[in-house]
Amino acid sequence: MTPLPAIADAAEPMVPIPFRIERTVKNLSDTFTVDLRPEEGRKPFHFAPGQFNMLYQFGVGEVPISISGDPQDPETLVHTIRAVGAVTQAMAGMKRGAVMGVRGPFGSAWPVEAVEGSDVVLVAGGVGLAPLRPAIYHILANRARYGRLVILYGARTPRDILFRAELEKWSSRLDTFVDVTVDRASGGWHGNVGVVTKLIGRGGFDPDNTAAMICGPETMMRFTIQALNDRGVSNERIHVSMERNMKCAVGFCGHCQFGGQFVCRDGPVFRFDRIEEMFLVREL
Amino acid sequence: MTSRHPNTQHKSVIDADGLQSLIGVLRDEGYQVIAPRASDDAMVLGQVNGIEDLPVGVRDEQDGGHYRLVPGGGRALFEYGPGPQGWKRYLYPPEERLWRARRHGESFTIEEDSQSTDKYAFLGVRACDLRAMEVQDKVFDREPQGDPRYVARRKNAFVVAVNCARAGGTCFCVSMASGPRAKDGFDVSLTELIDDDRHVFLAEAGSKKGVELLERIDRRPASDTEMSRADAIVSQTAESMGREMIADAEHVLARNLESDHWETVADRCLTCGNCTLVCPTCFCTTVEDVTDLSGAIAERWRKWDSCYSMDFSYIHGGSIRREGAARYRQWIAHKLSFWHEQFGISGCVGCGRCITWCPVGIDITEEARTLRDGEKDL
Repeated sequence: MTPLPAIADAAEPMVPIPFRIERTVKNLSDTFTVDLRPEEGRKPFHFAPGQFNMLYQFGVGEVPISISGDPQDPETLVHTIRAVGAVTQAMAGMKRGAVMGVRGPFGSAWPVEAVEGSDVVLVAGGVGLAPLRPAIYHILANRARYGRLVILYGARTPRDILFRAELEKWSSRLDTFVDVTVDRASGGWHGNVGVVTKLIGRGGFDPDNTAAMICGPETMMRFTIQALNDRGVSNERIHVSMERNMKCAVGFCGHCQFGGQFVCRDGPVFRFDRIEEMFLVREL
Repeated sequence: MTSRHPNTQHKSVIDADGLQSLIGVLRDEGYQVIAPRASDDAMVLGQVNGIEDLPVGVRDEQDGGHYRLVPGGGRALFEYGPGPQGWKRYLYPPEERLWRARRHGESFTIEEDSQSTDKYAFLGVRACDLRAMEVQDKVFDREPQGDPRYVARRKNAFVVAVNCARAGGTCFCVSMASGPRAKDGFDVSLTELIDDDRHVFLAEAGSKKGVELLERIDRRPASDTEMSRADAIVSQTAESMGREMIADAEHVLARNLESDHWETVADRCLTCGNCTLVCPTCFCTTVEDVTDLSGAIAERWRKWDSCYSMDFSYIHGGSIRREGAARYRQWIAHKLSFWHEQFGISGCVGCGRCITWCPVGIDITEEARTLRDGEKDL
């Protein structure tokens, strides 16, 4: 398997590198996307789908954010950010031309190469679609190498559907099954209402030859795994992306520990059978 | 006295003057010599300029939630146990600036702090703390991403170990196989030998640097009697050790993550984090970003943190470990069990500091034993 891209300046992993904002897009009321380019003279930014960066807002602080762009375009680094804390709210105010610090890429990746030949079921909740988008780009760019492709997405309300235009575009492809549900419908919504786990099974897949990749709140992931298990998908074929507090992203600060795993280094993407026992322990 | 034995296995004897010149040679070599000093009613690490700065005849009483310095050690310089601080505070300081950034319009540049040039000689490192350094090396001195500051300080450090002549009240290094004898990880080790008419130290080099240092000090070869006396002292310390960690703590903890016992501990645990601060292997940190008043300069500081705080596990939506029971479990399970998975070694060295400095005297050896014994009742 291809080795994962790692942080460029390994001698000093704690120092952010300035990247310039090329473009900002407001996706939802609280969610935005930035396209970043390294300052002149810097090398292109290679990453694997599922990896993350530490993003630094000058003088405010640093947060771990998954990369949401296309792994085949190393010239543009794309992050989709939900403004929920001091740092991300400050980032929401950034305009084109402003500079953000970047450390990374860090962590493990979705096993997009290892699962070639099988059906792929991607299940996302809320902003959890962002870390899965690079995997979707990769699979669509190499579509012939995979079996069925199923994308199932759950959002809180129709107004919270992330990447809606892209979901519609993927949905229009004859080789991709996309289904979306919302927790609470408002007027004008004619789609599914209910939790995303209700969608499991739609689109069809061969349980003995299916790889599932899940990203969303832990409760959503737990019930999604249950629904996949019920349909015969075993835990070693299921990958999840975990979220934990992170300060360093290189296994020194200790904040992201999940049992014996450092989510920053051993994760964020885990094969589920490897963390299964810990996953159900409360407050671990 | 002459030195004709550059062999690292060779043992020699130095007296108080020899110890004085050992400190002097280290200082001449540019080392800042750090040793435990009696200060604020505790053994506190600090700079020493000569043996006159070392505590004479001071012992300590340690028990769960109890620490007192007491007289009774006669002329002895090293008859006390581990103090509240581990040596990590020098290799891995409680607060450290990682970098400073300067704003230029929309952009900024990073001014990295230069590599650490700190050159410490640690005098009086006990076997448990040698193990602690070995444990922290596995955390910070790693490929491809080690911590450059820790690695530089560690490489520059000179370690003078002391074999323990008394077991401290909360020690359990024997059961962690880390002490009381300094087996490796030192440059020079000393065993203090006190008779009616003499006060000497059996000195052993553990590295090339140690051999070179001892060659510059007035010494004589150790006699067989002296060597067997030194052995007997350490054996006596091992035999008189009062506490013991259960043998299979790693697996007992792993099997008991959902035990009811965590609630019982939580009734006593104040989640104050003292155990994490005094533990010589606890390595968790947070970062703090600060700016000057003009907003033109920003800095990032790394500071020791504790898994007992609510902020430690905070992500959007709330902390992962809200209950005190979950936070105590994280600390002890990490120390005794998860650490093996992460670094191939226990995070506990048997120094007993967490027992002594717990305000309510929670005993890590007792908690592990209670979990194991609870399994028998099932």
